Amino acid sequence: MARQKKLLRDNYHQARWDEPMIFEMSVPGERGVLVPLACENIVSQVGDGVSAIPANLRRKKAPALPEVNQMRVNRHYYHLSQETLGTDVTLGISEGTCTMKYSPKVQEHMAARHPGIVDVHPLQEPDTMQGILELYYKVEQFLKEISGMDAFSLQPGGGAHGVFTNASIIRAYHRARGDNNRTEIITTMFSHPCDAATPNTAGFKVITLMPDESGYPDLEAMKAALSDKTAGIMITNPEDTGIYNPRIEEYVKAAHAVGALCSYDQANANGMMGIHRAREAGFDLCHFNLHKTFSAPHGCMGPATGAIGVKEFLKPFLPVPRVEFDGQKYLLNSNYPESVGKVRTFFGNTNVILKTYMWIMQHGAEGLKEAAICSVLNNQYFMKKIAEIPGVVIWYAKGKRRLEQVRYSWEKLKQDTGVGTDDVNKRIVDFGIEHYWTSHHPWVVPEPFTLEPCESYNKEDLDEYVAVLKQISKEAYDDPNLVKSAPHKAASHRPTHEAIDEAELIAVTWRQYLKKKGKK
Amino acid sequence: MHKKPIVYPYIPNSVPEIKEAMMKEVGVTDPMQLYEEIPEHLKYHKEMQLPKPILDEYSIRRHTEELLGKNKTCGEHLSFLGAGCAQHFVPAVCDEINGRGEFLTAYVGESMGDHGKWQALFEYCSLMGELMDMDILSIPMYDGGQAAASSLRMANRINDRKKVLVPATMSPDIFLIVQNYLNSVPAPEIQIVKIGFDANTGLMDLNDLKNNLSTDVSAVFIENPSYLGFIETQAEEIGKLAREAGAEFVVYTDPISLGVMEAPANYGATIACGDFHTLGLHLGAGGCQGGFIATHDDMKYISEFKDLMFGLTDTMQEGEWGFGEVLFDRTSYGSRDKGKEFTGTSTGLWAITAGVYLSLMGPQGMQEVGTTIMQNCQYAAKKISELPGLKVQLSSPGFKEFVVNFDMTGKSVAQINKHLLEFKIFGGKDLSIEFPQFGQSALYCVTEVHQHKDLDKLVYALQGAVSC
Repeated sequence: MARQKKLLRDNYHQARWDEPMIFEMSVPGERGVLVPLACENIVSQVGDGVSAIPANLRRKKAPALPEVNQMRVNRHYYHLSQETLGTDVTLGISEGTCTMKYSPKVQEHMAARHPGIVDVHPLQEPDTMQGILELYYKVEQFLKEISGMDAFSLQPGGGAHGVFTNASIIRAYHRARGDNNRTEIITTMFSHPCDAATPNTAGFKVITLMPDESGYPDLEAMKAALSDKTAGIMITNPEDTGIYNPRIEEYVKAAHAVGALCSYDQANANGMMGIHRAREAGFDLCHFNLHKTFSAPHGCMGPATGAIGVKEFLKPFLPVPRVEFDGQKYLLNSNYPESVGKVRTFFGNTNVILKTYMWIMQHGAEGLKEAAICSVLNNQYFMKKIAEIPGVVIWYAKGKRRLEQVRYSWEKLKQDTGVGTDDVNKRIVDFGIEHYWTSHHPWVVPEPFTLEPCESYNKEDLDEYVAVLKQISKEAYDDPNLVKSAPHKAASHRPTHEAIDEAELIAVTWRQYLKKKGKK
Repeated sequence: MHKKPIVYPYIPNSVPEIKEAMMKEVGVTDPMQLYEEIPEHLKYHKEMQLPKPILDEYSIRRHTEELLGKNKTCGEHLSFLGAGCAQHFVPAVCDEINGRGEFLTAYVGESMGDHGKWQALFEYCSLMGELMDMDILSIPMYDGGQAAASSLRMANRINDRKKVLVPATMSPDIFLIVQNYLNSVPAPEIQIVKIGFDANTGLMDLNDLKNNLSTDVSAVFIENPSYLGFIETQAEEIGKLAREAGAEFVVYTDPISLGVMEAPANYGATIACGDFHTLGLHLGAGGCQGGFIATHDDMKYISEFKDLMFGLTDTMQEGEWGFGEVLFDRTSYGSRDKGKEFTGTSTGLWAITAGVYLSLMGPQGMQEVGTTIMQNCQYAAKKISELPGLKVQLSSPGFKEFVVNFDMTGKSVAQINKHLLEFKIFGGKDLSIEFPQFGQSALYCVTEVHQHKDLDKLVYALQGAVSC
């Protein structure tokens, strides 16, 4: 029985375990794990220990946690993992702007298993954790070279956190100069929402520029918005559309001309390593997502790192402690009186820093550039193939080459068949492919979807993805209800409420659910 | 001779023939033509100065092992370091589950293909809810510092008041995080006032609290157990005073204490928060922290959470669990700068792990672990206080940490710790810079991982350190 090699996994079905909630699995008296008890000698000397707690602060009613034996707990979470489409099992091409690259197993095995990181306490004397500090120091040197900036902090725990820290640095810089008039930050609609939200959290008024007709941020609008009240601009380039803005320098110069700082959101930097740097573009601050561009995994939303880079004049404002090297030893230095202080306890997500270190060390300058080139090559090849699918429109900048991702639109498909991007996005998992990223809100491009086929994927992976989209497009024209009622073969079906906004429908914990259902 | 191009195992299309065919397909003959949108003068024309790569997997592993081998560890050493990152027992199933590739490499997929991720995070919230005896949690935050800072921002939005009161004993690191987070433009909008404490007990000075409490106070924040280890025995009264003044009562807690200590909600906390690194996670050189905020079921609070919330609902298939986004427009994903603060990638994998931990432990496990910690801690404190010249600084009961004062020994904490290191012991955190009023003092952390012999070894080594 010969089987023809095929691209489309039309016989696929995801694990669907019909898994109960862990609370429903409780059997009174069962134990998942036994914990160490104090030995008799200790008990004989100190008693029960808990009597030391004043009566009103002693737990009166045991927490209503489930009682489940270990095998069932393990099996339960295995089932849930099998009902999850991580990049280890699917094509992470789907999540554009997220750079879902392969996270090499050798990194994970070191980061999760080596006692030289797993069992190190962050407050050990620097002499006893030279390897950890060396890691931080060297990754900082690497990122300086990759970006052209003069100093980095690896403390922020995610991309948005890095951007927030940059907003904090901009605030501290102007204040240190005694310039209290700068209350505004300018960003663009196609920059990540955090470029608007984090300066707002830092206390700035945020001005968001809409794209012009070609999809670029409107330069004239920016010039009009700039003034002696502008503290900084916080922008992405290429933006989420994948379009590089060739006039980026003019934006930067215009901002500098009014005394504002320029912060470069480089979450989308994967296509640019060794090709283009923040320094040459004139920026004062930048950030990289180490869990994207530098291969650390995304872990169901973290742990992550938003590494922030600054020019020399902003170094005094970076979070403390800073890892430094005196020529012989690595040390921690908190003596930066102008620092913004801290944004995270201790010094950061060391496991992410280790993975970044290993990935850069495995590739070197040449390999990083090769990764960038292959990610852009993949994207341009992919875009060409997707453009041929009925119903797809490539929004903006016709004929221009995109860098590492593209914002596409199913606008035509919607008009022709009534099937929109949300429907396609639910059908795609029926072929074993993760839901794709549509767009951040608001949707400026109608019926959007954003794909990023980074360097991890080979040509056959790309062709498989294209075959799936082509199949769904065909289904939309032939049998739209098939797509509109999808998914059919995923771990679960369409929720009755994808957006839950009414108080009576909100159940974010099991106990809240039981109360609302009158069961508790 | 032309150098043979490297084929990288993580860059499949670096195979020269394939790369060439694909370049042909997109109409370029040189890879740099892919970048025609970037002006020449903005391109980087030099080669980045990075170390020569270690191409093969065996060698990078060896290299990394050698680098990590430079660290001394809390496995081969006996460690009494805590101060916000404590060593606890990690059940094997926790490592097993957070090592599952599907969880490790998933991200923002919707609830159908990522059903398991949504359920696991919903269960994390649910299990934490039982521990906290509160109904509302969002998916997690970066760490306890962020949770503390966001709790105070929530309070400010709820009552529009501009002052928060915090204990002067609070974690200096978390204070720095809060200070930056409550800052604004052009000047801090929310004033942070440190409330004094009793030097003998560490407890909050209630007179100072009362003097500072007024209708402009947005929140009263306490840690319980506190950074310095003591239990804030006046917590209920502090909460009462706070609420009488119309302020939110924010309690920062250590979740592993809650099998034996009362849930903050039950002594008046309106917002509870903390760091869940104690629930099934390793030290990881500080890389396994995770923050949470919990409140009661009240739209006044629910609508002020800044992070995503996964709500349980039904699906089109009768009898199947489904999940939806709760009040998505609260978040910056939904509303950019009009959202509550900002959200983003945080610590999902660690939250799933904390859920696994609580599932394994159950009510009895949490009660037992809390008991063991307190017994071990009291034993260590007792034995240390019996040593000549050593004093347990604060007289209040503690949970897992206590302050040891060395002034009478004439030795500095640095000297003591150096001596302890020779016994392969990491002594407590040196407090002499953060809390100079305690002289040469160190913060010792004792948990369920310490056995009787470990504690006796510490006492023996300390005896040697003070008398040498």
